[in-house]
Amino acid sequence: MRGARPISLLKTVGVLLAKDLLIEWRTRARLNALIFFALATLLLFSFAVGPDTKVLARNAGGYLWLALLFASVLALGESFRVEQENLTLDGLRLAPADARAIFLSKAMGNALLLMLLGALLIPVMVALYGVTVTMGLGSFAATVTLGCMAISAPGTVYSAIASNARARDVLLPLLLFPLIIPALLAAAKATSLVLQGDPMNQLGSWYGLLIGFNLIYWGLGFLLFPRVIED
Amino acid sequence: MSDLLKTVLQVGSAVAALASVGLGVWLGVKWAPPRSRVNARPVLLGMAALALALLVLGNWMGLVWTPSEREMGDVYRIIYVHVPAMWMAMLALVVNFACCVGYLLKTSWKTDALAEATAEVGLLFGTYGLVLGAIWGKPTWGTYWDWDPRLTAMAIMLVTYVAYMALRRFVEDPEKRAVWSSVVGIISFVNLPIVWFSVKWWRSLHQVQSTPKTVDPDMTLALRVNAWASLILLTLFLLHRYRTALATREAEVALPEALPTDVPGPNRASEVA
Repeated sequence: MRGARPISLLKTVGVLLAKDLLIEWRTRARLNALIFFALATLLLFSFAVGPDTKVLARNAGGYLWLALLFASVLALGESFRVEQENLTLDGLRLAPADARAIFLSKAMGNALLLMLLGALLIPVMVALYGVTVTMGLGSFAATVTLGCMAISAPGTVYSAIASNARARDVLLPLLLFPLIIPALLAAAKATSLVLQGDPMNQLGSWYGLLIGFNLIYWGLGFLLFPRVIED
Repeated sequence: MSDLLKTVLQVGSAVAALASVGLGVWLGVKWAPPRSRVNARPVLLGMAALALALLVLGNWMGLVWTPSEREMGDVYRIIYVHVPAMWMAMLALVVNFACCVGYLLKTSWKTDALAEATAEVGLLFGTYGLVLGAIWGKPTWGTYWDWDPRLTAMAIMLVTYVAYMALRRFVEDPEKRAVWSSVVGIISFVNLPIVWFSVKWWRSLHQVQSTPKTVDPDMTLALRVNAWASLILLTLFLLHRYRTALATREAEVALPEALPTDVPGPNRASEVA
């Protein structure tokens, strides 16, 4: 609603996010599929590269983020398919929920799901690729949080577009992958630094790039999303 | 070449190019509707002739008249095509961004058609410039491609605009296509300033932007003439693409009315009776 108080926007976001998480928790279909898919991807990388643990350990950060990116396409595609079955997206907008609140709740929900996935994948990656974690859990958590948020903001806008278009399964990765390259690069580099140590103090600049990317795309999504789902 | 001739060439090419761009804009407004009565042929032929003449002149200047470069020898001469191509790509994509924002502010098929035209032509010029750069990179850097920030950012940007065009093909509803592609166009444009300033921010393999300020005075004139020629070419391409896009749009929007309907009109009803 135009002219609504700011507190109501936050409230709407909270309600919608709680609804999405509840659906996710009750079915757990998406999360289970995602975990299995991402684990399979991690395994496939180790088969594709061969059993050379040195190579695997060196590239572990990149593989982790590729697995997360592939999984994110599934997660993002599903997040609006859920709303299409009974035209619940129209219902939400008639409720009336602010379209910007729908964007924020969907993007936050997707980011949370990806972060959970990342948290589950990291121990598996450590075991599978034989990497040693040099830096603390705090910087790991910061990297995963920033990276997942960077994927989910443009991903939410694009999945809303792709879910209504022809050949939506092709369109989402086609739109998302090129856009996400800077964030993917920064997240993979930051993860490698967290794993192998950061003697040159480069971690801050990669975090800076990720934060800038997040600010731009969360801002653009917030501004533009209402036009995407209007009729 | 004497200073007088230089000035004449300088001013002449600029006036010719700006005049033909002005003519192009005028045509774009007047000639745009498919049933328009404006006879565009003389203007279009004139612009094409002007572009051709300036291209021939610019290429002769670039290949023959300008001196060789101290370090690179004759290889540097590719800047006379590479640099204008990249400028035109940037220009087209900036217009695309303006059209995307404009469409979201005020719905109009003209802005949508121009957005489609600028994205395609910008992509064309950008790819052309990238390929030329790669050809130049082999003798100079020893490799066609290097993962340098400028090249990487440019390649990413081109792929995002390929995705933009794919989106336009995948959505059938013209209104939704226009809104969504505007959103995607705005999001894709974020990369362009990064591409432009990448050579300043990360000083790496690719040299700083070639502009009349950074290029040797002996080479500026040839660069300028080539750039003006490319500008006329860009306008011509845009004009054609814009007109086709607009005609397609009108056909799409008019289609439901053009189809025969089941409801008999008054004339047909009287025929039956």
